[in-house]
Amino acid sequence: MLGALIIVFREVIEAGLIVGIMLAVTRGLKGSRSMIALGVAAGVAGASLVAAFAGVIAGALAGVGQEIFNAGILFLAVAMLTWHNIWMASHGREIATQMKNVGAQVKAGSRTVAALGVVVAVAVMREGSEVALFLYGLVASANSTTPELLEGSAIGLALGAGVTLLTYFGLVTIPTKWLFRVTTVLIGFLAAGLAAQAVVFLQQAGLVEALSQTAWDTSAWLSDRSLIGRVFHTLIGYSDQPSQMQVAVYAVVLVGGFALSRAFAPAPPRVRVAAAE
Amino acid sequence: MRKILVLVAALASASPAFADDSSLQLTLKDHKFSAAETSAPAGKPLTLMVTNQDSTPAEFESKALRVEKIVPAGGTVTLRVHALAPGRYQFFDDYHEDTTSGFLIVK
Repeated sequence: MLGALIIVFREVIEAGLIVGIMLAVTRGLKGSRSMIALGVAAGVAGASLVAAFAGVIAGALAGVGQEIFNAGILFLAVAMLTWHNIWMASHGREIATQMKNVGAQVKAGSRTVAALGVVVAVAVMREGSEVALFLYGLVASANSTTPELLEGSAIGLALGAGVTLLTYFGLVTIPTKWLFRVTTVLIGFLAAGLAAQAVVFLQQAGLVEALSQTAWDTSAWLSDRSLIGRVFHTLIGYSDQPSQMQVAVYAVVLVGGFALSRAFAPAPPRVRVAAAE
Repeated sequence: MRKILVLVAALASASPAFADDSSLQLTLKDHKFSAAETSAPAGKPLTLMVTNQDSTPAEFESKALRVEKIVPAGGTVTLRVHALAPGRYQFFDDYHEDTTSGFLIVK
């Protein structure tokens, strides 16, 4: 039972963290709750479809369908997160100053809320499809221990939801004044980490061959399969044996994302920020 | 979109690197790898073919080889592994990590 619990929990922890962050980021924006819920629902539906058609996807595109699919949806999430940060940099202040003007808030927030809904859907779909296949395997090879294993899986899923709540309530204790900055940094690192994950799939497919050497090996200190390693893997894209290409892409997305946000920020507030620092 | 996918597929199938380098075959049956230990030359990219003869899906994974791929029941998947330094590299089925693993010996 513990084995099944751990497998399922390890798979859902990333999605759990991401959903928690997205809930905190979109807090106060009207329609965000239903959009996140929609993202989760779409993710679960997508995960079931991906699991059901795993064979078809694996066999597609000369055998690299799985990799192209995973890399594609990861890059989609990266684009949505980056766009959100840029958008918030250029409109965030308006929203903050117009917090009482609910009408303006709704209009301003709806597009970025939708973008983050997509991120939620992608996170849930990716991890969920692996859980779905695991559960399918359990049911398909049913024996006396199956109920126990399913019970363990259910607890693993519940713990994943617990991670979401913990992340959300942890983040919202941050004063509103700081929350925006914290989430901007979180989203920047999240995007870089997801981009680095996408690189692994392109390398595994043989589509990217350059810089394939391992940049470092810190698996002896902090394995990214351990619980803490997994959390850092999601939050800052920690990897214990990344390729040089992963490190390069990570750096480009991280630095590029923040540079773009800065470039799109309206001029007067930027001066004020610079003066305050 | 469709054009891009076709292009990608064409690139993937036409990639000469796939044909030249050493390739290895692994089979999963009754949740055991055969060969449980296999060897490969160092410093050369590898193409790994994993066949799952079980009736349940597996997730072939290895941190050190930097691969992670679903292997459908009764299916075969191909993975590209970067050039490796000599050593012992573990791989496993993520769904049965305790019981289903093997080693790639690179020399």
